[in-house]
Amino acid sequence: MKQFLAFVKKEFFHIFRDTRTMLILLGMPIVQIILFGFAITTEVKNSKIAVMDLSRDATTQKIIQKLQANEYFTVVEDVQNPDRIDELMKAGKVSMIVVFDSDFESNMLHTGEASVQLIVDATDPNQATTMTNYATSILTQYQQEMSTTYRASFVLTPQTRMLYNPQMEGAYNFVPGVMGLILMLICAMMTSIAIVREKERGSMEVLLASPIKPIFIIISKAVPYFILSIVNLITILLLSVFVLKVPIAGSLVLIMLASLVFILVALLLGLLISNVVNTQVAAMLISGMGLMMPAMLLSGMIFPIESMPAILQWFSSIIPARWYIEMIRKLMIQGVDGIYVIKEFAILTLMVLVLLGVSLKKFKIRL
Amino acid sequence: MSAVSVKNINKKYDRIIALKDISFEANSGEIFGIIGPDGAGKTTLFRILTTLLLADSGKATVDGKDVVEQYKQIRQEIGYMPGKFSLYQDLSVEENLEFFATIFNTSIQENYYLIEDIYKQLEPFKKRKAGKLSGGMKQKLALCCALIHKPVVLFLDEPTTGVDPVSRKEFWEMLKKLKEQHISILVSTPYMDEASLCDRIAFIQDGNFLKIDTPSGIISQFGEKLWAVEADNMYKLLLDLRNNKHIKTCFTFGESHHITVDNTLTMEELKTYLSDKGHTGIQIRAIEPTIEDCFMQITEKKQNE
Repeated sequence: MKQFLAFVKKEFFHIFRDTRTMLILLGMPIVQIILFGFAITTEVKNSKIAVMDLSRDATTQKIIQKLQANEYFTVVEDVQNPDRIDELMKAGKVSMIVVFDSDFESNMLHTGEASVQLIVDATDPNQATTMTNYATSILTQYQQEMSTTYRASFVLTPQTRMLYNPQMEGAYNFVPGVMGLILMLICAMMTSIAIVREKERGSMEVLLASPIKPIFIIISKAVPYFILSIVNLITILLLSVFVLKVPIAGSLVLIMLASLVFILVALLLGLLISNVVNTQVAAMLISGMGLMMPAMLLSGMIFPIESMPAILQWFSSIIPARWYIEMIRKLMIQGVDGIYVIKEFAILTLMVLVLLGVSLKKFKIRL
Repeated sequence: MSAVSVKNINKKYDRIIALKDISFEANSGEIFGIIGPDGAGKTTLFRILTTLLLADSGKATVDGKDVVEQYKQIRQEIGYMPGKFSLYQDLSVEENLEFFATIFNTSIQENYYLIEDIYKQLEPFKKRKAGKLSGGMKQKLALCCALIHKPVVLFLDEPTTGVDPVSRKEFWEMLKKLKEQHISILVSTPYMDEASLCDRIAFIQDGNFLKIDTPSGIISQFGEKLWAVEADNMYKLLLDLRNNKHIKTCFTFGESHHITVDNTLTMEELKTYLSDKGHTGIQIRAIEPTIEDCFMQITEKKQNE
């Protein structure tokens, strides 16, 4: 035990004395979260919109005026022909089109219900949400004014149609995504590099020829990175809650549990890499290309898995980050019960078991 | 009991044969030197003995324990200093020593007497990072770390490579002292002058042991007339010497050429031969063979076989 502690202590010395490592370990999560945070809060101002008024009555005119008067929107075109909608959107001339039903006013006055359609370019999902929210609030405001004037209740139903990215995937996605990425980076990449460094510098020879059990060498190399990933996990959660105002909708215990399983997968992957390569560069390349890239591109963090070709979808299912990000998205953003993430949890647990088996089998007690 | 016993060890890497049927015994309490050029197989042999590599065939024991089956026991009681400086560059002298003491289940205080002489020289720099030490200091620290648990057998793989002559001398004096503590030492070196400091030496080349004996034993078996020849034009001298039928071998050793001659040639005859070839400043004297002369002779013989 004393040997083990001395080893962990030494490992912390290595980390704390290397500025670059420290920067990657502690700076990276903060920078990533803040960067993505700014990306999400894109301010919508003077967005060009078009209207298509099939009713052309006093009410619709008033609403259009209100939209025009608003600082968020500039009405650039009054669309006559439905085909023009597609043209405008494709040309990117406007980012939202407001379509009023025919007989809007009479519908509202007689049935108390009228509908408006908001067609939004959701290429940038964040901007799309913001715009729909603004437009909806203008409509709701008008609806309330009307209700007081006529002393009756009207219901204005905005129907929102998101073009190009109907599921609105990506809005809060980045927090689970960054969590997956950072944990993968620290656990797999940093651990594998740390172990391979000992091999490269020749100190592994001395360690192996000493009484300390080889498995302890490996475990004690992983312990500091394990602790640091927990620290990072907490930093990310705090930053996203207090700086980015992303709420934690689900159970914190479940989120931590899910993260622990994922950390284990990542650590085991790192150990596996360190077992097969002999240089730090190789370790970096393998963990960078083999783990980080797929974790970034194929996990659904940036591109929705549903829109990938079948072969990539199939491939993405062996990427641990995919399941972890999905699980965190459900737990943190949607706030579902643990029962709904059993599948993802089971898959990650299975990965732990398989990797553990392979690692123990591949583990070398000699050079 | 012998400290190290090796029987018919073979080791191949892909196509390169690193060790060919090596057998030898190093006695308990002796300094056993393995002398040979780079790439001769020294490091491979050390790794097999320190349980870090498996031999393809053959048996080896360290302190009576099998290197394959009883590797755990061996790792408890050997000290190993690999060829490359292998301590932690970003840890201070003291931290390195403490770390190695702890993983060997001991403390610096416990065996301080063993390393005292060496560590005293390092003490002024004990807060300095190991990476910032000079080459000789690094090797002394590495030796301290390998000694801290009072090993039964000490394996030193080229401990003096890249170290200045003064530090090399000091290093060997330390080994002599360790021998008095009954620590058996297996040391490899490419430097022939260090060979005479060992109790017994083995010449290794291309994975073969050419000869195992005491340094004086090896020198006494030289059995040839050995002369050192000098002249103003050393390169032309070498060519002319090699063209003389009476001269069996001719190698360059620093400032002179060492030649072995057959019994018919006298110094006078050689001097005349060289003057006729136009040499000036000719000096010829009979010398005692050194270990290096013996090594050259033995490798030459091996190649002619």
